[in-house]
Amino acid sequence: MPALLKMVKVETRLFLRDSATVMFGVLFPAGLLLVLGSIPALKESSPETGGLRSIDIWAPTALVFGMVMIAVQHVPAVIATYRERGILRRLSTTPAPPRRVLLAQMIVAFASVVVSAALMIFLAWAVLDIAPPERPLEFLAAFVVGYAALLGIGMISAAVARTSSAANQIGTLLFVALMFFGGAFLPRTLMPDVLREAGESVPPGLQALTAAWSAEAGEITATAGGRPFWLQIAIMAGIAVAGSAIAAKLFRWE
Amino acid sequence: MTALEVRNLHKRYGRQIAVDDVSFTVEEGEIFGIIGPNGAGKTTTVESIAGLRTPDSGSIRVLGLDPIKDRAEVRERLGVQLQESSFPDAIKVAEALDLYSSFYRDPADWRELMELLGLTEKRDTRYKALSGGQKQRLSIALALVGGPRIAILDELTTGLDPQARRDTWSLIERVRDTGVTILLVTHFMDEAERLSDRIAVIDGGRVAAVDTPAGLIARSSPVQQVRFRVSQPLDTSVLTRLPDVTDVEITEGRWLVTGRGQLLSSVAGALARAQVVAEDLRVDQRNLDDAFVAFTGRAPQSPESSERKGA
Repeated sequence: MPALLKMVKVETRLFLRDSATVMFGVLFPAGLLLVLGSIPALKESSPETGGLRSIDIWAPTALVFGMVMIAVQHVPAVIATYRERGILRRLSTTPAPPRRVLLAQMIVAFASVVVSAALMIFLAWAVLDIAPPERPLEFLAAFVVGYAALLGIGMISAAVARTSSAANQIGTLLFVALMFFGGAFLPRTLMPDVLREAGESVPPGLQALTAAWSAEAGEITATAGGRPFWLQIAIMAGIAVAGSAIAAKLFRWE
Repeated sequence: MTALEVRNLHKRYGRQIAVDDVSFTVEEGEIFGIIGPNGAGKTTTVESIAGLRTPDSGSIRVLGLDPIKDRAEVRERLGVQLQESSFPDAIKVAEALDLYSSFYRDPADWRELMELLGLTEKRDTRYKALSGGQKQRLSIALALVGGPRIAILDELTTGLDPQARRDTWSLIERVRDTGVTILLVTHFMDEAERLSDRIAVIDGGRVAAVDTPAGLIARSSPVQQVRFRVSQPLDTSVLTRLPDVTDVEITEGRWLVTGRGQLLSSVAGALARAQVVAEDLRVDQRNLDDAFVAFTGRAPQSPESSERKGA
């Protein structure tokens, strides 16, 4: 265990020295929400949405932004770079088990997203008066399991991408696809039902996050035949387990 | 005791045979060199020893252990510095050493190693900011940080300037003096000749010869030549009757004596007895380059040309 801790410590330092990722992955979600929150139109309550402002409904999307960024872009790019530059190959000649390398990456990725989320939720509350998650335990479950599902998908790319540019291309593709369902381009309230339903099964599970954050917002974005909250969580857990298993199976040192 | 034993190693990638049939043994405490042209199978051989490749046939024993079956144990005891391997750009020297030492059950003192390799001043420098020589020294330090019994050093001084190369050589000798067996892969003949106790010449996936550097040179070319001018007239029979001498040529006052065995001392003795002083005496010293050409039919790469390539 101390060996894993040491690796996590070093990987954390390496992460913090990578200022672009810190900016985009950790600070950007909060920044994005604050910028959008300064647009007057998004701060007006609308009777159609039961008095909620657009920014209230949109807040979880900003959170998803940071999660997707780290899980499908940053982590695979780091591991693919390690592979491309022979860093993994060098590690494979030491007694350090491969799972320690991957686990350390996942721990750092998870910690950075927790910081990103905490910062965003705090600033959303302090500056934009968006109430913190109403059901903290369920929110935590949706957050952790949803993020694990994202990482599961990211890890498949990390397991096979031979070069950092390949990982970046896969990452960008995944980012666009996931953020589409995450409501970054088209607010979920405006999506047709079929897309919204699909979105419930797309990591990290925006609907579950939204519903746990604010029940009112959750009702607005929910589909007519929406799946129950815990079923959505179970789907995310399934994706996380399957993704990690496939990644472990496909993983290559070189 | 035998540190390393490679027996009939064979490895192919698809249809291409990388290593055809390689066997050699390395004794404990030895510096064992592997030389050969590019593509001869040197790197595949050491990668198989390090457990990075699974041989198609043949066997490898590292301190009596199989690199694939006893993977974990071999990794504890074998330090590796490989081509095409690297470290994260942003990692600092001390962090890398500390991290890598945490991988081993019974690591060496990384601070001592850092000192030994002259990296203490650079302890807080990021990998990316190190010079080529410093990166190479860090790579060597990391190969030794686990306190290995055997270290594989592949193309140790490629890309280094002449001073850094010589510094690295004396460092390797110091490491050997601590009891570590060293397997040195190189295409620099001066490096192999200077450091190795014994050398295997690998060519076309096979071992062309295994011997001491002097033995390889002697085997590749038993012929020696001595050149000089004489201070006064001398009859050629003074030299031609010597058993070691096979031929004497005189062109424009320059004598060229060809022969074998202890040619120089025989010639010098005969000249002294005839009370003739040899001026401008020169011995055509055969070196490992000549042996390399003799065994592989190709000229070895010079450090200068590969430095330019690496720059």
